[in-house]
Order: sequence, then structure tokens, then C-alpha cells
Amino acid sequence: MLGILAVLALAACAAFMVLGAKGQWSFILTFRGTKLAALLLVAYAVAVSTVLFQTVTNNRILTPSVMGFDSLYALIQTCLIVFLGSREVSSFDPQLRFLLEVTVMVVFSGFLFRWLFTGGERSIHLLVLVGIIFGIFFRSLSTFMQRVLDPNEFAVLQDMLFASFNTIDKTLLGLSAVIVLGVSLIGLRMLHTFDVLALGRANAINLGLNYRRTVSIILVLIAVLVSVSTALVGPVTFFGLLVVSLAHLLMGSGKHRYLLPASILLAIICLVGGQVILERIFAFDTALSIVIEFLGGIVFIILILRGAAR
Amino acid sequence: MKLLSAAIALTIGLAIVSLFIGASDVSLSTLLSGQDRAVQVLLASRIPRTLALMLAGSSMAIAGMIMQMLVRNRFVEPSTAGTVESASMGLLVATLVAPGMPVFGKMLVAALFALAGTALFLRILRQVKMRDVLIVPLIGIMFSGVISAITTFFAYRFDLLQSLLAWTTGDFSGVLRGRYELLWIGFVLTIFAYIAADRFTVAGMGRDFTVNLGVNYRRVVSLGLGIVSLGTAVVVVTVGMIPFLGLIVPNVVSIMFGDNMRKSVPWVAVMGASFVLLCDIVGRVIRQPYEIPIGVVVGVVGSGIFLYLLLRRRANVA
Repeated sequence: MLGILAVLALAACAAFMVLGAKGQWSFILTFRGTKLAALLLVAYAVAVSTVLFQTVTNNRILTPSVMGFDSLYALIQTCLIVFLGSREVSSFDPQLRFLLEVTVMVVFSGFLFRWLFTGGERSIHLLVLVGIIFGIFFRSLSTFMQRVLDPNEFAVLQDMLFASFNTIDKTLLGLSAVIVLGVSLIGLRMLHTFDVLALGRANAINLGLNYRRTVSIILVLIAVLVSVSTALVGPVTFFGLLVVSLAHLLMGSGKHRYLLPASILLAIICLVGGQVILERIFAFDTALSIVIEFLGGIVFIILILRGAAR
Repeated sequence: MKLLSAAIALTIGLAIVSLFIGASDVSLSTLLSGQDRAVQVLLASRIPRTLALMLAGSSMAIAGMIMQMLVRNRFVEPSTAGTVESASMGLLVATLVAPGMPVFGKMLVAALFALAGTALFLRILRQVKMRDVLIVPLIGIMFSGVISAITTFFAYRFDLLQSLLAWTTGDFSGVLRGRYELLWIGFVLTIFAYIAADRFTVAGMGRDFTVNLGVNYRRVVSLGLGIVSLGTAVVVVTVGMIPFLGLIVPNVVSIMFGDNMRKSVPWVAVMGASFVLLCDIVGRVIRQPYEIPIGVVVGVVGSGIFLYLLLRRRANVA
């Protein structure tokens, strides 16, 4: 199964690079190559963070974005501009700024989610609802601040928030890749604990896992991944949910050894393939997020209806 | 009764404050000195705006309360059940198919869509076997997301994304004489709700109970859905969406006075109106002479209060 997925993912990447190419190859390859790299990085980050989040929360309908993670990121960006001013912010080295944002995000979301998730057993529906409302709260708060902002400052902020695949900062891409790699290495070393965590809090503790510590580390990893993907392309709410649900369906196994690669490959297929279809067939560019929102929402409702939410 | 009079007095006070805030100088002295301009601004812009605020606030709050009665869930309101999103979809369809249609026609289309969307939501709910209180708003929010994704898709294709954004952010700055009068329909609906209040109270106890009392359950539900859909459509078409209003006000009223609807309808209406007035005043004062759309202000305040209600409930239950 994984083999088939890998072939499909490769095919999607090849199609992305080659289809409809006119003109000089050297230009096309670098131009599309950057875009592809960003897509791959985002697919990877979203898939991994969603799988880990579902493992930590022991639940199949949660994703970091459903919990308002990425609107929190947007809020942090907005706060930076509002309280420091765009001149201050843009005089930072972009890489340094990125690191700073990620740090703030990690600390803040760390507190928030530790409070939500490690305080004993709670109704999962309450958590989701609280998460969604947190998302709305953060988003409204950002909109509110943006309304108060000076128009020039707002223009800068908008640039920061609506980074699309077409305007990717190459230096940031490199840095993100390094960060993601680092996170993956830490994750790889913990790989064996994921399956234990997936057994639930009580079982994991019984099996001798330092529950609090492990969960905290994983939440940090998730926060980093989400910040990276949001910083690169902006929020994509249901993408992770869609991909991981598909992976569960295809693999029929909750083992992380299979689940993680399957989710990553599926994410690549959906994101890169979807982008190819939208760009080449429908000839419009940014609507991918809309399609994902639509399909993801339906998957979510079906999951709830089938009672997967327990 | 005394308390209610005090609340009404407070609302009137807020309304008067709302009349005298804004970019153009309208004050008692300019009015008394007979400046034509001040009088004109007052009549053409300020009074319509204040009236629109009060009408929209009370209609949305009432719609929320009726919805909560019908679904028997405290955490539901037109914007967490797909009603608002369906109404804006109807508005989009009307704009695409018949751009020249008068506002009243557009409103009817929006109301029909709102009705269909809400009915679909109720159908989905009937499929859910787990009766967790929180699952209902959860499904509603997702359902709203799906509907608004479809709407966004078409708006995107037909280059109406910006108009869509303008409709869906509640904003009273465009309210002028001649542009808000449809909201009076909301007032009429409130009166209907008051007349039918006892029936809704009964329906809120559940289907079997209602049927036992000899009340036609289906008819009550249809009436309620009609009021909710029409009320939402009127507000969405004239001023846009005001999130969480229908959730917060009825909840607060219910905490204070219980669930007898005949008693709470006036309270919900009055508190809805004053909540909206207050948020609008805040939005106008914070960054004079510019203003922040009320949808944004209510979004911040409303989601904050909703979070409080959710977590408070947990403290009670746990």
C-alpha cells in the first residue's frame, strides 16, 4: 500500500514540474522547484502534526487547526505588528523574526494546550468546541486589531499573513526545512512512544511512560510544525483531518510506523496533485483551500455521525 | 416588572448615546440652534441606524432563543446551525441569477435558503445517535463551514468574494433612511414569537411531552423555523451577520430568569437590543472618526463570553 502511495506521490510531483511547461527549462525548474519544495514541506508538516495531535489527544477528529492553533499564529503576527510597528518588525532579519514567532507560538500554545489536555479526563466534545471557539476568538481579535491598524501597517501585515505558494521566501524555506528536519529527528527518536501513547493516558502511564513530559514535548513539536506550515502558506483548516482519516481508512492500522508515512504521502498527493489539477485544468490558483474546507467539513460530519469521536 | 422597566430605560439611554456619536457633529446645541445639517444627519442617518441596531439585535436574539428551544440545546444559534450561512448563500444566488432583483425579493430568496439549510441541519441531527449536548453545536459549526465553503467557491469563481465579505461582516455604517426598513419585519416576528411563546416553551420540553399536551408539534416547529429563517434572512440582507448574539443573550436570560418563554421574550429582545447598541458604541468610539464593524466587536466579546459559558458549565458538571 505504501508503495502505491509513494508512486502516486512521485507522479504528482513529476506532473507538477513538467505539465504545461513552456519556455526555458532552467527557469521553470527553479521556479516550480521552489513551489514544490514548499508544498512538500507543508504537506509533511500538516500530516505529521495532525497524526501526533490525534495521538496525544487520543481522538480521531481533532487537528491542531480545529483547535485554533493557526489562528493563534495569525494573532501573534498581528500583535507583533501592532505593538512593535512594522518598521521595527521588518528591520529584523526575516529568519530571526521567524524564529521569534515560532518561539512565542510554542510557549503560548504550550501553556494553552497543557491546560486543556493534561488536566484530567475531559469530554472530547467540549475540547473540540472550546478549540473552535478559541479559533474564532483569536481570529476576531486579530481582525479587531487589524481594523485599528494604520493602513500602511496593515498592508505589511497582510503580506505576512497571506503568504501564498506563489510568493515564497526562499531563505525562509531553507530555515523551515532545517527546523522541520530537527523536529523530525526528535520525533524519530520518540517513535516507539507514540504507539504507547495511542493506548490512552491510563495505559501509557501503566506501561511506564512519563506521560506529562512526553505529551509536553510532543505538543511543542506540533506547535513548531504548525507555525512552519502556517508561516509558509497560511491556514488550511481541514487538510490534516482529511488526510489522516484517509490514511486510517487505507492502512486499517493505527501503528505509527504505517500511519505516519501513509499520511505524509497522502498529504503530498492531495496537495501537489490538487494544485496541478487546479492550475492546469481549472486555471485558477488559490481555491484549493476552499475545496479542502468543503471536503474536510463533510468528512468531519461523517466521522461524528459514525461515532468516531469517542 | 420593575426590573424590566429599568432594563428598558437603560436601553433607551444607550440608544440616545448612540444617536449622538459619530463623525459629523450632532449635539443638543447644534440641534437647538437649528442647524439644518445636524437635523438632516440625525433624521437620515443617526435615527435609522439606532433603530436598525435595536431591531437587528432583538431579532437575532429571539431567533437564537427559539432555535435553542426547538433543538433543545443551549449552544445553538443561527450562526452555529448553518442558518446564517444558508441565508448568505441565498443572497449570492439571487445576486448571480437576478442581479436587478429588488431587495425584498433577495430577502425572500435568502429566507428560503435559510429555511432549507436549517431543515437540513435538523435532518442531520436526527441521524446522530449519541446525544451529547456538545455534539449538536459541533455538527452545526461544521455544517456551516461546508455551506460557506460552497458559497465561497462560487463567489470566488464569479468574482464576488469582496461583496460576500461585505455581506457577512455585520456593519451598520451603511444604514440610512430607506435602507433599513425591512428590519421592522424582525419586530413583527418578535411579536409573533411573544404570542406563540407558550407553545415554544412546551415544545422545548420535547416532542412526546408536547404531543401529550395536545399541541401540534410539527406546526410549532414549522412556525419556529419560519420565524428563525425569516428573521435571520432580514438581518443578513440588511446589515450582515452578527455572530454569537443569539447564543449569549438567551443564555444569560435563561440563567437569570429560567426557561418560561413568555416571561423571557421581552427580556431577550431588550437585552439583545442593548448588547448590540453597546457593541456598536464601542466600535465607533475606539477609533474615531473611523469605526470598527460591529460584527468584529461582537465576534471578540461574543466568543469570549461563549468560552466562559462553556467552561463554566464544565465546572458545574464536573
